[in-house]
Amino acid sequence: MDAARLEAILSRYEGEPYDLIPVLQEIQDNYGYLPKDEVKEVARRLNVPLTQIYSVATFYKMFSLIPKGRHQVKVCLGTTCHLKGGPRLVDSLSSRLGVEVGYTSKDGQFSLETVGCLGSCAQAPVMMVDDKYFARVTVDKVPKILKLYQS
Amino acid sequence: MPKFESIDHLNEYRRQLRARRDPSQPQVLVCAGPGCLPLGSEEVAQAFRAQLEEKGLSAQVALKTSGCHGLCARGVRVLLRPQEITYQKVTPADVPEIVETTLVGGGVVERLLHEEPETHALCRHKGDIPFYRSQQAIVLRKLDVIDPESLDDYLALGGYRSLRKAFFEMTPDEVIEAVERSGLRGRGGGGFPTGRKWRICRDTGEPIKFVICNGDEGDPGAFMDRAVMEGDPHAVIEGMIIGAYAIGARRGYIYVRHEYPLAVKRLQLAIQQAREAGFLGKNILRSGFDFDIQISQGSGAFVCGEETALIASIEGHIGEPMPRPPYPAVSGLFGQPTIINNVETWANVPEIINMGPEWFAAIGTEGSKGTKIFSLVGAVHHSGLVEVPMGTTLRQIVFDIGGGIPGGRAFKAVQTGGPSGGCIPAEFLDLPVDYDSLQQVGSIMGSGGLIVMDETSCMVDVARYFIGFLYEESCGKCTPCREGLKQLKKIYEDITYGRGEEKHLTLMEDLCAVMASASICGLGQSAVNPVLSTLKYFRHEYEAHIRDKKCPALVCRPLLKYTIDPETCTGCLACVRECPVGAISGLKKEAQEIDQELCIKCGLCYEVCQFDAVRRE
Repeated sequence: MDAARLEAILSRYEGEPYDLIPVLQEIQDNYGYLPKDEVKEVARRLNVPLTQIYSVATFYKMFSLIPKGRHQVKVCLGTTCHLKGGPRLVDSLSSRLGVEVGYTSKDGQFSLETVGCLGSCAQAPVMMVDDKYFARVTVDKVPKILKLYQS
Repeated sequence: MPKFESIDHLNEYRRQLRARRDPSQPQVLVCAGPGCLPLGSEEVAQAFRAQLEEKGLSAQVALKTSGCHGLCARGVRVLLRPQEITYQKVTPADVPEIVETTLVGGGVVERLLHEEPETHALCRHKGDIPFYRSQQAIVLRKLDVIDPESLDDYLALGGYRSLRKAFFEMTPDEVIEAVERSGLRGRGGGGFPTGRKWRICRDTGEPIKFVICNGDEGDPGAFMDRAVMEGDPHAVIEGMIIGAYAIGARRGYIYVRHEYPLAVKRLQLAIQQAREAGFLGKNILRSGFDFDIQISQGSGAFVCGEETALIASIEGHIGEPMPRPPYPAVSGLFGQPTIINNVETWANVPEIINMGPEWFAAIGTEGSKGTKIFSLVGAVHHSGLVEVPMGTTLRQIVFDIGGGIPGGRAFKAVQTGGPSGGCIPAEFLDLPVDYDSLQQVGSIMGSGGLIVMDETSCMVDVARYFIGFLYEESCGKCTPCREGLKQLKKIYEDITYGRGEEKHLTLMEDLCAVMASASICGLGQSAVNPVLSTLKYFRHEYEAHIRDKKCPALVCRPLLKYTIDPETCTGCLACVRECPVGAISGLKKEAQEIDQELCIKCGLCYEVCQFDAVRRE
């Protein structure tokens, strides 16, 4: 465990139990997942039982206990995206990346996720890769988008 | 930005700010709202920056990226002031012509103007476009003309004068009374009278109280709160400060979902600016009142939009709702009295204080005052954000503002209220939309998502979608919701896989009755609305799935059959490359064939075929 890296996060908080979620969010953003040793240290420092951390980490969708890929592919499955072909987009991405929803490709490049709604409904179907939005994505646009991120 | 020590100081600064601003200075406002951003707002703004630089106009022309301009379907939108010309579908390639023709030459680039689909009339100004004509903007008023990252822009348009009025001309009781008299009801879904909520909280007399802004806009299909947080963050903050003053809270939270990173960034910046200017922090404008706000980010759980689950989440727990009463106004965050209002509700507060409750109460219907923002999306020409007085009919929204259904297809239903709402059929198009009327037809206002569906949508599939969504998002704490959704999901699977039976329909109604009466929170209680409303108004579609094993709208996969028309197929092999199961075969440049045994009916071949050779029935 890189103690200094974790300390940089923990030092910004008061160390109270209600800091748990923001601390886990920062670890998730920083590490790409919640590593075991770091989580144990958080439990000790915030005085929160490990079981509570586990319950929080598995309840909320943004947390992952296993490392995520280099690029996060998120397909919106909000109502409008559902109506306009979001599910087909998921199928196409899943077959092209060779990965099921919620998992990471073998080469560690892509994680595929679905999202309740990204809030860009007028441009449905919408997907995101990392922080970039892609509007009105049809299945034939998928290879071009993935190419931008394939190294 | 100075730290304002008194109202005189603020007034003087505002006076100077306005004097410094030349209303005739050319302004370019590029929309970077939720609709335009994915279409490339940043690239368009960048192109303007480069072009203005090249022409030596950077000093004369004010270039800004603004919040949502409303008509998202025709993004990227650009507004040129002071001529008030509005361009649509702007790409970086159009920018040199706009700069040359309009900014330098004073002319208009006609091909970028809005064209009405039916009449082909060109609209030069925002007010000429029918989409905007029937709207009344209160909350969205400033979104297209200010830079959301500039406190000066907000102040120049009268920002924080309601705070001044509340603090120095009104007692906390008078503020609550004004909100009560305005008739404002919660815009997050429930529609509880805001003033009454504040009164209950204040009357507890507890020394420690909290205010919370619910920005966990989880309803799929709704993005008005995102647009407001990103486009006018100071309005939300000003509303919260006034609310805190009214009930006597010292601390506030804005709970934003993490799927909205730009909203988080803009709110953080706005809070920082408000602190530096002395609108937040200790002894605000020397009034003796202390108040500060912090942001709490959601972690991806729909149920956290429910107020007791949201509170649990801020406290560091999983988002499980608690039975009410006690309501948060009496016992909320950390057990203290707390008022939770949604983004749009808070953003209405400064206007009510500024213009007076009577002005607000004059807008809308008997039981629902003011305006409501809807995100009008789905099968409609002009999708985007619309703000209309309560009581506007669905027909006005869908046809007059939304421009009707594209492709000459027929209107089927409009879905309101997200997963807790229902599907409203054509017979209610003349329904004046307010909290009570929507409830009477089996739906709810919700946060204001309004999804238009045409004949290509299957209502069984729509209901199945919402049940699937809620099944994933149910926290699992109470049995009626957890198990009820599981059973409903299974029944929907049976029906859409051709295994449906007549008895399923009554079984669904029974399940719904138990869930509605016995679930702990709104998620389970209202989860029945998509089911019951479609069963009531679109029962024939269920019957077609069950009796005839057909999906009339050709949506439910297992009931479909895909074939390739040998006459039309060119043998380009696009479908072969796309098929995930290798079910399509044939020689190159010759007609292909689908192996029905292997086909999983995903429809990818149908979507990629450029020659309409794939048939779906």
